[in-house]
Amino acid sequence: MINKIAGSPAAALADVHDGATVMIGGFGTAGLPNELIDALIAHGCRDLTIVNNNAGNGDAGLAALLAARRVRKIICSFPRQADSHHFDRLYRAGQIELELVPQGNLAERIRAAGAGIGGFFTPTGYGTDLAKGKETRVIDGRGYVLEAPIHADFALIKAERGDRWGNLTYRMTARNFGPIMAMAARVAVASVHEVVELGELDPEAVVTPGLFVQRVVRIERAITPAAGLRRAA
Amino acid sequence: MNRWNREQMARRVARDIPDGAIVNLGIGLPTLVANHIPTDREVILHSENGVLGMGPAPPAGEEDYDLINAGKQPVTLLPGGCFFHHADSFAMMRGGHLDICVLGAFQVSAAGDLANWHTGAADAIPAVGGAMDLAIGAKRTFVMMEHTTKAGKSKIVAACTCPITGIGCVSRIYTDLAVIDVTPAGLRLIEMVAGLSFDDLQRVTGAPLTI
Repeated sequence: MINKIAGSPAAALADVHDGATVMIGGFGTAGLPNELIDALIAHGCRDLTIVNNNAGNGDAGLAALLAARRVRKIICSFPRQADSHHFDRLYRAGQIELELVPQGNLAERIRAAGAGIGGFFTPTGYGTDLAKGKETRVIDGRGYVLEAPIHADFALIKAERGDRWGNLTYRMTARNFGPIMAMAARVAVASVHEVVELGELDPEAVVTPGLFVQRVVRIERAITPAAGLRRAA
Repeated sequence: MNRWNREQMARRVARDIPDGAIVNLGIGLPTLVANHIPTDREVILHSENGVLGMGPAPPAGEEDYDLINAGKQPVTLLPGGCFFHHADSFAMMRGGHLDICVLGAFQVSAAGDLANWHTGAADAIPAVGGAMDLAIGAKRTFVMMEHTTKAGKSKIVAACTCPITGIGCVSRIYTDLAVIDVTPAGLRLIEMVAGLSFDDLQRVTGAPLTI
C-alpha cells in the first residue's frame, strides 16, 4: 500500500541533512509553509541552501530560519522588501550568500530540473549584469542566456488538499512555486489543510500528480491573514 | 512648469490599452492604471504570481491573503479568471502572450533600453523580481515615470548609467510631461502637457526628440 501521509512536520523532515538544498514554496507569505519551516528550525540542520522567491518577511517562517543562522546561501529573485530585515542584516554583514535570479528564470530553472532538462537558453537577463559570465547565443537574431536547472534535496510546499498517493490541489495564489518545486526535489513534502480519501479529488482538477510528492502532512488551518484565511471556510 | 499628476498619467496610459488586451501592471505607479481603464473595454489583468483576470482590491474586512498581487496586496478574481503556477505565469510573459506591460523605471535610453531594477548604488541590496522577464516578454512595454529625478536630472537618457533590465525593450514612455515613442529613428514626441513648448521639453530631456 502506498501511504505518503506523515504524522507530523517533524516526522516528515527527520532526514534533512546539513548542507541540504531546500526549496521553499511561497510568494510573499501566500503559500509559505510556515509549519514546515518551523519544523526545519526545530530539526537543527544547518548550512542550508534555500530556494524561495523572497528572503523572508517579518520575523516568522523563512525570516526565522535565516535569523537562526541555518542558511549558508539563498537563491531568490526578490530579497529586499520593506520587512526583510533579517536577510538585510545578514547580507550586509557578509553572513549569507545571495544568488539573485530573475523570477521567470528561477521558475524555469526549477521546472527544468523536474523535467530532466540539462539547461536552456532564455532571453530574460540577456545583456544585463545578471547574465555576466554566462554562455550566450544569438538565435534567429535574438540574444539568449544559458541557464542551468536547480535541483533540490527537499521541497517544502503548502497545498490545500491531498491524498495518500500525494495528489495535491492548491488555493488561489498560494499555488505559485509549489507544483514546480515538488517536481524538482528528491523529496517533496507538502502541507495540506485536508487529507482526503483516494478518488475524492476531482482527477480533472489535480494540480500536482502524486508521483511528484513523497510526503503529505496535515496542518490545521490557522485563521490568520498570513495563513491565507480571514475566517473559517 | 505644468505637470500631469499621477492620476492623469494613469488615465493617459489607460487610454492606450485597447479592448481585449491582456496586460501586466508593474508595482507602484503602474498599478494606478487599473483604476482608469474605460468601463466599455474588457481588459484582462495578469499578475506574475499566477493570476489572470485579477480584479480590484476587496472591501475592508474581506481580504484573503491567499489571493494577492505582485505587490503582495490583497486583490479579487473576476468571473472567468484563473490561477496557475509560476512556470506557466512566466511562460505567458516570455512566450509573448501578454499584449502590454506597464513598468516603472529609473532610466530609459533613446534606444529603448530600460533600467528599473537596481540604482547601481554600491550598498544597495539588489532585487529583480519579474522585471527582466516582463520587460523583454510582453508584445509592448510601456514605461510610466516622472520625467526627471528629484534633483532635476532627465530620466530619459542617451545611454543608461544604471544597470539595465533589458535591451531595446521599451516601446512607449509616459512621463508627467509627455508621451514619447521609442522608434528605430530615435525618440518621437506624441504629446506633451499643455503650456509646454517643444524646446522647453527638449531642455529637460537627456536625448534628442523629434516630432
